[in-house]
Amino acid sequence: MSSIEAPKLVRPGTGLVAGELRNLLISAVIIIAAGCVPLVFDGYALQLAISIVMYTGLATSWLLFSGPTNYIALSTAAFFGIGMYTAAGGIDLAPYPVLILAAGVIGAAMAAIVGLATLRVSGVYFVIFSLGLAELVRQIMTWLQHVLGTMSGLYVTIERTEAEYYWQLLLLAVAVFVVGWWIGRSRLGFALRIIGNDELVAVHCGINTARAKVVLFVISSTFAAIGGAVVAPRWGYVEPVVAFSPFLSFQVVIMALLGGTHRLWGPLVGVIPFVLIWELIAIYFPSQTTLLLGICFLLIVYVIPNGITGLIEDAWHRRWKRGTTPGPVQRALDGSAGATARQLQPQKTNDA
Amino acid sequence: MDIVIIGLLLGGTYALMAMGLQLQYGVARIMNLANGEILIAGAFSTFWFYAGTHLSPLLALFLVVPAAFVLNWAIYRVLILPLVRRAKSQGKLEVDSILATFGLSFISVGIMLAIFGGEYLDYSYLSQPIFIFGERYGLNRVVAFLASAALCVGLYLWLHKTRAGLALRAVSVNPTAAGLVSINVVSASAFAFALGGAVTAAGGGLLSMFLTFDVSLGVVFTLKALIIVILGGVGDIRGTIVAAFILGLAETAVATLIDPGLTLAAAYVLFMVVLLVRPEGLFGRRTA
Repeated sequence: MSSIEAPKLVRPGTGLVAGELRNLLISAVIIIAAGCVPLVFDGYALQLAISIVMYTGLATSWLLFSGPTNYIALSTAAFFGIGMYTAAGGIDLAPYPVLILAAGVIGAAMAAIVGLATLRVSGVYFVIFSLGLAELVRQIMTWLQHVLGTMSGLYVTIERTEAEYYWQLLLLAVAVFVVGWWIGRSRLGFALRIIGNDELVAVHCGINTARAKVVLFVISSTFAAIGGAVVAPRWGYVEPVVAFSPFLSFQVVIMALLGGTHRLWGPLVGVIPFVLIWELIAIYFPSQTTLLLGICFLLIVYVIPNGITGLIEDAWHRRWKRGTTPGPVQRALDGSAGATARQLQPQKTNDA
Repeated sequence: MDIVIIGLLLGGTYALMAMGLQLQYGVARIMNLANGEILIAGAFSTFWFYAGTHLSPLLALFLVVPAAFVLNWAIYRVLILPLVRRAKSQGKLEVDSILATFGLSFISVGIMLAIFGGEYLDYSYLSQPIFIFGERYGLNRVVAFLASAALCVGLYLWLHKTRAGLALRAVSVNPTAAGLVSINVVSASAFAFALGGAVTAAGGGLLSMFLTFDVSLGVVFTLKALIIVILGGVGDIRGTIVAAFILGLAETAVATLIDPGLTLAAAYVLFMVVLLVRPEGLFGRRTA
């Protein structure tokens, strides 16, 4: 009874398959339902909903790059802050929609520079670089403001209701999902999954790994910058310490990991519980947030390394497909080659 | 001249802290992002001894360093080893250890916040001036530099002249081959990790003699140590020392000539240049 099903290979770039049409319909229903939230809720509940859509957009855009490549980008805060500053700095110079575009362009340009410098070499260097990026930009901003003689903060005043912020952020999150879905079907996405599984193999397949990684990093960071520009007026006052708070990067990473990084909708599953739990923590343990964030990190690494979606899928396989494991190719394509690798290789014991 | 001497004095102390990370990353192959928190813990406990009992920071190190050794050994055994055993590849281990040490760094910041509070901390120890080439410098900087230099030399000799040091260097070159010549790779890695933590804590204790600290600064020191290690080349002690001096000089130059708020930017410029020109570091071996 151990017949292994032939993995279903979908060639990238083909038309819609029946399953995809169904997923598309489900997504449309969810988006419409999400769009109705401000009509039903207001006040505190709407604020929570805004947090949820904002983090969904950020965590999913983080996943676009870090999910397939396994490079942990800690630069969300840097790009988010740049977006905020673009909106705040240009508020008297240009109409708001132009600023949002400008934030995207500036974020993309900076991501391209950072990506070209760091992504050609080992992944660890990229992680380190991205870790300090927010602090670096903060120092430069503070210095610039000091040199230019302006005050340390900037006011952004635009009349917007909470519902409008919600819709804007929802639109951004949907855009991230659409782009992510499109990348998943494109040659680029295919190349990235190979890179994530084994970079050497990817190089030998003739994939320009550095270019693929830089392009993805640029896309992912652009969304973070736009997110910052969208949120800036809601904060009203932008100053370096707040705009470039590295906490944001870590929260985004945790939410994405909690949800699971091998599905596009994984972060969504992580964001909702995390935002709610974090809200409770912020109310009841305001001075222990750092400690608790650390504990969250450890719990995810040691207890649920594949995230909630990983747990759900494992349970699903055990419940419905007893006796058959997903084919090795399918698992490899999903980007979770772990189980396969374990079957194929003897366990290393003295590896340090 | 001022810049050169202050830069060299700072670089000497940086060398010690980066050497700790070098042992952890070069030998034990763990990218320890909680390294800066160990440094801060070292600085804070030194301060605490000085404030509480007026124990000289240099003597306090004799208590702080063994404690850091034991703590880091326990961290490796309890937290890191399961990840090493679980990892299917070096890449996966890197991701896992980065995330785990991240968690650890947040937890230590949280704990230290609870114990010491969020204020800035400094104390004045040996703050009388000393004259070098007719210019005045803080005696504490010079003493910290000398102590750090002594520790660096001791560590270097130990790594290069003793059997145990040889074993660590073997593991650093190739863990699998080291295992084949009957080196216990797991315990050697644990030892290197613990020693690295102890050395970092010593660096923290010495830095606290002349720098102002607060709990959240750990990540900045982690970054500096990482940049030094990468600049010098992973697995090369000479490179680490040279790179530490370069960073010390660059930071001091930027702080005096442009703006003290831009020290990290200076470090990042160095980092960028290395990545673009010589990604394997000054003394590193070029790999495929």
